[in-house]
Amino acid sequence: MRKGFSVRHQPGFTAIAIACFALLYLPVVTLVVYAFNSAPSVAAWGGFSLHWFEVALTNSDVIDASVRSFQIATVAATLATVFATMAALATTRTRRYRGQTFIYAFINQPLMVPEIVTAVALLIIVAQLKAVTGYSGLGYLIAAHTAFCIPFAYLPIRARLENMDLSLERAAADLYAKPLYTFRRVTLPLLWPGILGAFMLAFVLSLDDVVITEFVKSGGQDTLPTYMLGQIRRGITPEMNAISTAFLLLSVVIVTLFFVVSRKCT
Amino acid sequence: MKNTTISDDCAVDIRAVRKAYGAGESAFVALDNATVSVRENEFFTLLGPSGCGKTTLLRMIAGFDYPTSGEILLNGSDITSLPPFQRPVNTVFQNYALFPHMTVAENVAFGLEALGKPRTEVKARVAEMLRLVQLEHLAGRRTNQMSGGQQQRVALARALAPQPKVLLLDEPLSALDYKLRKEMQSELKRLQYETGITFIFVTHDQEEALTMSDRIAVMSAGRILQIGTPREIYNRPADRFVASFIGETNFLTGALHGVANGKAKITLKSGQSVVVNAASDAPASGDVTFIVRPEHASVVEGSGDLRGIVEKVVYFGTDTHLHLRLSGGEAFTVRQQNGSVSGSAVEAGQAVAVAIAEGAAQVVRA
Repeated sequence: MRKGFSVRHQPGFTAIAIACFALLYLPVVTLVVYAFNSAPSVAAWGGFSLHWFEVALTNSDVIDASVRSFQIATVAATLATVFATMAALATTRTRRYRGQTFIYAFINQPLMVPEIVTAVALLIIVAQLKAVTGYSGLGYLIAAHTAFCIPFAYLPIRARLENMDLSLERAAADLYAKPLYTFRRVTLPLLWPGILGAFMLAFVLSLDDVVITEFVKSGGQDTLPTYMLGQIRRGITPEMNAISTAFLLLSVVIVTLFFVVSRKCT
Repeated sequence: MKNTTISDDCAVDIRAVRKAYGAGESAFVALDNATVSVRENEFFTLLGPSGCGKTTLLRMIAGFDYPTSGEILLNGSDITSLPPFQRPVNTVFQNYALFPHMTVAENVAFGLEALGKPRTEVKARVAEMLRLVQLEHLAGRRTNQMSGGQQQRVALARALAPQPKVLLLDEPLSALDYKLRKEMQSELKRLQYETGITFIFVTHDQEEALTMSDRIAVMSAGRILQIGTPREIYNRPADRFVASFIGETNFLTGALHGVANGKAKITLKSGQSVVVNAASDAPASGDVTFIVRPEHASVVEGSGDLRGIVEKVVYFGTDTHLHLRLSGGEAFTVRQQNGSVSGSAVEAGQAVAVAIAEGAAQVVRA
């Protein structure tokens, strides 16, 4: 009997798949393994040890950079999610208006602008702002992170709103609920998984960002990724592996949480 | 329990309502010059095929849509442009639209809470409503774990809880299977009787409309063709569409010679003539169409009103349909009740005479 087309039955499928997975995960596995190396090398194994985790945890630069990363990610992801929610409501829960498609494209455009271009543009404008205002705090980084997170946060919220049955909001209005009450009691609770997903996505993206942060930060404003980049320029020790491993673990936890939450709510 | 007699007071007054989408020549007219007065405590049905404008009209009464022109009055005050949350009107939606993140009790409480009713009153009212629809035992259940019939009851309880002036029902029974639909039909009648609330019911099911309604408005292509009691609509259809949409009908054409006292004589092609009911606005002469319901005709001995040949005899259990070819060439069906077990004496090929019951023939607009 002839079977329908399936890539699994194409010659070389298994080999290609294994090669792809190896390419993706072998470097990461190697990195994680050498985080537990007792020797000060990322290539020669000297036995199992938690030494480099200890070194990283007692390094005040690492702690400072981590705290800063979390501060920026928390504030930026929160702001981006709020703005993205408002944008998603404005593009799905209003009567169609002129330029709606344009606005939709406009919101998503940052996804297509190369990050280095945004970074250079921000570098120039932030330098001018610093000169004019004299302010050189974390505000610039937070603003920059908020900006690039908005389109990523916008997509899951908009998708959730578009899949939501409009008759629910209509039913609420029919039952004497004013628009704000409808939003609070019906739209928002049903939108919640989308908002949570958007927040987690924005949080991870902000935590992970190197290019924009590197261009926008002032002296002494290293985040964990830019600190690591700076250290690696001076030579690699398994301390970097240890930090990377911790970072990886955190990302995996957040992304898993995101999937669990969004699965549970649908 | 309230007084449930239908009064002459008007609950909903729809005056010359028109709804057009687009403008100019290409405009689509969803509703054209609709004028209806729905009375207090009435079970009023908007009946018509899909796309006839019945749901559009319901949406405008609820406030989800606004007329292009005309006005809608509720107990005498103009509500045409009020938003839905300011209208003392509640809706039972076709897909129920129950809030999936709330329990049954929370769904029922929603309208009362939105109105800012005190907590104790809300609680008492929710309990009363759940008792009314026999769902007390499911108060804490999520609505997505319930059957269609149960969801239907929750939707009813939720819409009735705030004691609306008018309850709108948008084809609420169409998603239910036959047996459950029959059950909910009598349930709806009971609820309407017990609450004394005016019901406006939308359906495309003519049988549902006939059995449940106090009055029916038959709609087609954005127009209201006739408003009347189920008996009036069935026995005295004013329009060819109304006659064909509701029940089975024989259509015959003939020449009319003058109308007097609501009666007229029509001469058929075969030369035979029939006395028909004709409204005063019927044409005074010329060719007209009239209807005879199959059950209002019978095969008789002697001359009768019409003559024809039996082409086919179809047995239906409770009755038998005789398909005739009249002497003028028209097709005509007679429905005979099977009153005895011996069966019909009439056979295919037989020439018969047909009598039309007194007052059963009715002139309709073509």
